[in-house]
Amino acid sequence: MSETATRIDIFKTYKLYVGGKFPRSESGRVYEVTDTKGQWLANAPLGTRKDARDAVVAARAAVKGWSGTTAYNRGQVLYRVAEMLQGRREQFAAEVAAAEGVGAKRAAALVDAAVDRWVWYAGWTDKVAQVAGGANPVAGPFFNLSVPEPTGVVGVLAPRAGQGFSLLGLVSVVAPAIATGNTVVVAAAERAPLPALSLGEVLATSDLPGGVVNLLSGRTADIAPTLASHQDVNALDLAGAIDPEGPGAAAALEAAAADTLKRVVRPAADPSAEDWTAAPGTGRLLSFLETKTVWHPMGI
Amino acid sequence: MSTLAANAPGAAGGGLSDVAASEATLRRFLHGLPGVDQVGLESRAATLGTRSIKTTAKAFAIDLAISMIDLTTLEGADTAGKVRSLCAKGLHPDPTDRSVPQVAAICVYPDMVATAKEALRGSGVQVASVATAFPSGRAGLPVKLADTAEAVAAGADEIDMVIDRGAFLSGRYLEVFETIKAVKAACERPDGTSAHLKVIFETGELQTYDNVRRASWLAMIAGADFIKTSTGKVAVNATQPVTLLMLEAVRDFRAATGVQVGVKPAGGIRTTKDAMKYLVMVNETLGDDWLSPHWFRFGASSLLNDLLMQRQKLSTGRYSGPDYVTVD
Repeated sequence: MSETATRIDIFKTYKLYVGGKFPRSESGRVYEVTDTKGQWLANAPLGTRKDARDAVVAARAAVKGWSGTTAYNRGQVLYRVAEMLQGRREQFAAEVAAAEGVGAKRAAALVDAAVDRWVWYAGWTDKVAQVAGGANPVAGPFFNLSVPEPTGVVGVLAPRAGQGFSLLGLVSVVAPAIATGNTVVVAAAERAPLPALSLGEVLATSDLPGGVVNLLSGRTADIAPTLASHQDVNALDLAGAIDPEGPGAAAALEAAAADTLKRVVRPAADPSAEDWTAAPGTGRLLSFLETKTVWHPMGI
Repeated sequence: MSTLAANAPGAAGGGLSDVAASEATLRRFLHGLPGVDQVGLESRAATLGTRSIKTTAKAFAIDLAISMIDLTTLEGADTAGKVRSLCAKGLHPDPTDRSVPQVAAICVYPDMVATAKEALRGSGVQVASVATAFPSGRAGLPVKLADTAEAVAAGADEIDMVIDRGAFLSGRYLEVFETIKAVKAACERPDGTSAHLKVIFETGELQTYDNVRRASWLAMIAGADFIKTSTGKVAVNATQPVTLLMLEAVRDFRAATGVQVGVKPAGGIRTTKDAMKYLVMVNETLGDDWLSPHWFRFGASSLLNDLLMQRQKLSTGRYSGPDYVTVD
């Protein structure tokens, strides 16, 4: 009888990504994540309201540094994220395939598209000011300049449906927010959080300052209302809101967000029909900006 | 549990007045205090820090903590305007919610006492002034006494003095003792009343827990009304083990002499969670007798904002943010 060494796989402990660190959930609890056929994949941390609060504190602390870096520098950092993601294609392809129930080839194409999306938004960082701002003609000897500035801390509900939602969709909502200098707290798709949690490992090794992106997995119905009512969150992207009833539903979140005058991006009418592979346009990029207009004497 | 009281040489005699008769007796007494079990002390402090305080108990603790704060500004850049705005904040910590209690005191440099006194007139909020060449304590006795007298004359209700750590560490205990006594005398007002005296040890510079215990007894025998951990001006400020040790010292001192002394941790206490850990320690070590602004204080400035944000969260159910409290 030949001796065959059977090796036991090491299972990965998925963790949250908050403030540049990888904490377990404050509750210490986890929940089971399965693929689309119901096969167990891994345990993901069950992020709670307190995790959301901690993440907002981390995101707020990162605003000053990140919004203060030059647009050129932010572009370089985003490009670096693309480089790091590219280096881990296989891992992400496997995770996307399991999360979305697509074939290996299709999953690899979705990961490539996600890499390309980072590059696309990396290019936008130092161009968005020309699109969203500019010199206004005024009747007087003044320069009148409108300059877009980041809104601040953006709460993001990552897409939970649509073509390529688990990684490409996530990148398509996170990258535009941080490209313009915002920091984000992301509630990952509840049923498919693994690509998002792994993306945290990519971001941690990409020169991105800690706290700029914070990734939470857990019940959207817990995390989303906390972000919507939190007085220190400035804007909300509801791409992955639960429809149509319950505490995580888009309308309820928008109402909660209205109390503190948050900017809100509504979800698509039919989230499952959304095609995240389509060209993203500048809509999300321009959603989380505040326009500052200054007058300056022209001189003689 | 009062092992100390039983061991204290003066306890049998019912008083500690003879302890400071000479340098030798004072040294014998202070070095006769039992050594501190460092591991035990730190683990006890850590254990007490794990209590979970929620809902109504938390609301009570937050209001109690606010009412115990010595709201402090001790910057070289302090102006009369800054002191007045701090006083306004101390009177109404949250302008949108008048149910928030006042802080216990406003703590300033001696030259700002008159300004603070004017701003707080009739409110019941005390004015505390640091004195005796704060924060280093490096000045001659006449200078220290003049510093104290000036603050008292300007209307300070409480004096926060620093001990000369150099003298203490070189073993000149009697010198430290006499200084505290002299400052205590300088705290007296013409009408016979006296400003409360808090004695700051700067425990971050005392090197050992044994020294903290010795300094606590030394100050209490010399007549301190309060013992305080730190100035907030050095790297190591109030820690939980040091505060626990001082709480035990005041407990044992009352058991030995019947005199109750207050405790004030200062510096580095910034979050509601930290403040509640200290309150748990007070409750578990000393009980209700010390659980009031009269006997326990927090020397802090940024702590107040965190307490207010937690208070807003409890009352509205929504997390608050720094935009909703004042910028100091």
